[in-house]
Amino acid sequence: MREQLIGLATGVVFGFLLQKSRVLRFEKQISFLLLKDMTILKVMLSAVIVGMIGIYFFKDVGIAITFKHKAMNLGAVLIGSLLFGCGWALGGFCPGTSLGALGEGRFHALWVILGMLSGAALFAEVYPLLKKSVLSWKNWGNISLMDVTGLNHWVIISILVIIFVLILFAIKNKA
Amino acid sequence: MNKKNGWNPYLVGMLIGILAVVSVLATTQILGKTNFLGASTTFVRAVGFLENMVMPQHVAQNEYFQKEKIKIDWQFMVVLGVFLGALISSLLDKSFKIEWVPGIWKEYFGPNPWVRALLGFLGGMLTMFGARFADGCPTGHGLSGMMQLSVSGFMAVALFWLGGFLVARVIYRK
Repeated sequence: MREQLIGLATGVVFGFLLQKSRVLRFEKQISFLLLKDMTILKVMLSAVIVGMIGIYFFKDVGIAITFKHKAMNLGAVLIGSLLFGCGWALGGFCPGTSLGALGEGRFHALWVILGMLSGAALFAEVYPLLKKSVLSWKNWGNISLMDVTGLNHWVIISILVIIFVLILFAIKNKA
Repeated sequence: MNKKNGWNPYLVGMLIGILAVVSVLATTQILGKTNFLGASTTFVRAVGFLENMVMPQHVAQNEYFQKEKIKIDWQFMVVLGVFLGALISSLLDKSFKIEWVPGIWKEYFGPNPWVRALLGFLGGMLTMFGARFADGCPTGHGLSGMMQLSVSGFMAVALFWLGGFLVARVIYRK
């Protein structure tokens, strides 16, 4: 029960903040895909800058954080992510924002959510087939940028902060 | 801070970053296991619950449902919380608006809500199939993956956008 309550509280704050930045709206999502409105990228990059500094700081001072790097499975990430993008352009919502959009009254998000449930059901049916084919092509496993480059995490974080800040400056006048 | 346009995106982004860190600390310290924000696995569990009501044997035999485990866990509540949080926020600042067809959608597909329903459904289906295929969405791969410096996170985010850009350019062309 404690687990569920912590989850709920986290989600409420997350949804509140997403709504306040207006990124839940269909128009914002599509305009971002078309590179006309960069609000989503501004929110995302600012969050990642704070997030990566924060979790690696607390890890280094001794908090027992366990990282969960998702597998760098070539076929899965390549095909899955591109399919995701195609659906995103049509539906206009990602899984998290669909529920938020419904919350702020954009009731057409309901159709997208129903579609998402069907997509999850469909995936569950074809999973055994994919596991034998695409998912077993090439899997580099749960790798981080440190594994690939051999650099210390603070070096990588510093480089990323510089890149992200430059991107944020470049897009600052785009809505 | 302009009320109509919402809060400053950099501020909101930083607050979401702090939320993500606090959430990692809270789950690590209180629950004894680190949880990172995510959303798409919850859809597997939700549809698993529904299927379980009509065909429990099928669910019990399905490898994917067994792998992801059908349960109302931390992430499930996060996703429900996003709904509630957005509802509260939009009611408080009066930006809550009932909408069946988005404004720019009308320019391309017309005002018929059933066209939006059908294509929205198809879009959602493809989105979630892709998210489960890639093992994550912009929250799990994007926010949580990138802040952990996972290779897959950066790769997925670039491809989410690329796929979206290519299709959006075709669909929303003047």
